[in-house]
Amino acid sequence: MKKILIIGATSAIAEATARIWAQNGEHLFLMARNAEKLDAVAANLRVIGAAKVETYIADINDFNTHIPLLDAAEQALQGLDTILIAHGLLSDQAACQQSVEQTLHEINTNGLSTIALLTHAANRFEARRNGVIAIISSPAGDRGKQSNYIYGAAKALVTTFASGLRQRLAKAGVAVITIKPGFVDTPMTAHFKKGSLWATPEAVAKDIVRACDKRNSVIYTPWFWFWIMLIIKHIPEKIFVKLSL
Amino acid sequence: MQPQLFTSWGRLHRVSALALTPASRFDALPLPTTPEISVLPYGNGRSYGDSCLNANGAQINSRALNRFIAFEPDTGLLRCEAGVLLADILDLTVPQGWFLPVTPGTRFVTVGGAIGNDVHGKNHHVMGTFGRHIRQFELWRSDGQRLLCSPQINSELFAATIGGLGLTGFISWAELQLRRIRNPLINVESIRYTSLDEFFALCVASDLDYEYTVSWVDCAGSGARLGRGLFIRGNHAPSSNIPSPRPPKVKTFPAVPPVSLVNPLTLKAFNNAYYYKQLPKHVRLTQHYEPFFYPLDALLQWNRLYGPRGFYQYQCVIPHQHGQEAIAALLREIARSGLGSFLAVLKVCGDIDSPGMLSFPLPGVSLALDFPNRGEKLFQLFERLDAIISESGGRLYPAKDSRMSGNLFKSGYPQWEAFTQYIDPRFSSSFWRRILEHS
Repeated sequence: MKKILIIGATSAIAEATARIWAQNGEHLFLMARNAEKLDAVAANLRVIGAAKVETYIADINDFNTHIPLLDAAEQALQGLDTILIAHGLLSDQAACQQSVEQTLHEINTNGLSTIALLTHAANRFEARRNGVIAIISSPAGDRGKQSNYIYGAAKALVTTFASGLRQRLAKAGVAVITIKPGFVDTPMTAHFKKGSLWATPEAVAKDIVRACDKRNSVIYTPWFWFWIMLIIKHIPEKIFVKLSL
Repeated sequence: MQPQLFTSWGRLHRVSALALTPASRFDALPLPTTPEISVLPYGNGRSYGDSCLNANGAQINSRALNRFIAFEPDTGLLRCEAGVLLADILDLTVPQGWFLPVTPGTRFVTVGGAIGNDVHGKNHHVMGTFGRHIRQFELWRSDGQRLLCSPQINSELFAATIGGLGLTGFISWAELQLRRIRNPLINVESIRYTSLDEFFALCVASDLDYEYTVSWVDCAGSGARLGRGLFIRGNHAPSSNIPSPRPPKVKTFPAVPPVSLVNPLTLKAFNNAYYYKQLPKHVRLTQHYEPFFYPLDALLQWNRLYGPRGFYQYQCVIPHQHGQEAIAALLREIARSGLGSFLAVLKVCGDIDSPGMLSFPLPGVSLALDFPNRGEKLFQLFERLDAIISESGGRLYPAKDSRMSGNLFKSGYPQWEAFTQYIDPRFSSSFWRRILEHS
């Protein structure tokens, strides 16, 4: 039976992943900002089979909450072997370009908060010498594009941090998994026009659960984003600056 | 906000509407900022016609509310958000020994949609409609109210909302009483019948001892073949030690063919083959509940089979008094036209009162079948069928309809005028405007 902490548990991808874990009878500790939404998510997970579901309300951008949060999770579940970090905010690129404050806020939410939390979590996992840390990053972090480079920059921070952490914690038997979902049809992306590249949160969730079970290192989900990003990463800068991605 | 395209199961219409999504069941009703724009809930889009569509208005996506709230395995009482699919309920409760009290022919409908259309199933003569098993629900109105509705509280709005086609407000969650089962199996008997006389005799003989009865009827058969078909009856299996057979694997109809695969060339051949698919007159078997209740769910998007022009479904119910003559007259017209499909279902409804003001079933006999969209020829056939239904005091099912006249609706549902006072002023649908605007 796994003991899993989920950060940003009301996000569509996190909830879909939690549903699979709940159906498998795992123990879950859920953290989110909105108490009502989190209660709705938690009640459902209890009904569909989670052995235990506890909730914790906090704002991830308040770094002082991170240690109490980890303590509470470890106490409630009597241990911890998996963390899924899934919180996030899709930046309003146009607004950020006009506001330093907003730009830094979004980098804080999508990048720094994850790093702050992982700093504590990594030390605890390293000491225990087992476990899985799964982090939702993004293909947007693979190369900055004019349409979303603030979000992309925050995710690049997360991806690079996770890469180093993976190397360090491998020695302690802890798996660090970087998850890069492509376009996912969630409330965060409700205003986008959907095409054939879009995936459901359920499909992405299956990939996440599998990656945690297999202790993968980096996964793109759906898989074809690996190839899309491989091409995008290798477009020569001279051509890239002329594109409107 | 970008308008999106919405369609229904018959694939006849693609309408443009704003898409609104409630963030959680604790929210209030999301509304467009322009007060002239009307709204309608949209679940899984399994209504056949335009009753789930609101062209040029807004549609409130109920699938976003897809969480269970509570389930008591001791009593079978289930509370869930309105966008939960019946399939999700079955996945949860069948292993714990509980089944839907009433289920339509597909499990891919939402709880909200099942209430709004007050759906019925093969056990109508024993359990009545879906709405009879709803203990309470919450209704969001456009004035910001969130009303608890039950047979005791806001009982008039409760009755208007059951079968109310989504016009009385948005259901956010509902509480439903399930029924006990001992395993996922159904003991099934299939009996070949040669005439409507024989069909009605089988109904009388089966209603007391079988919870589920339904029949497939050969809508291409005329003359001596008129009203022949297969009568299917079944019960939940008592407890046993036989291991459960696994449900069949679900496949997807891969693409929309350029023309309907159901056409005069294929129709007779298929119906003939289907009629003789069982060689003995009487066959008994035990099967998993999925192929018994949901044979078409095994082929996802089977509606593509009718090609790019889509299809109509026509479902009527005729009171017993004129039932047999009217069904015979309908089958004669349909066979003569050669326009039908092989999915024709004949079923006797029981005399249990439906709780909804606009609920479809009434004591009598119901005929449902698909028609590939073949334009004018088909509309003329529908006119002739409508006349038979009108004369015999029957009515059509709004959940399946895209074309009935306002007059036929109003004569079939005499409570429609009383119903209008419960419609939420911001709610409307393509179906409702059509009924009001075209006599």
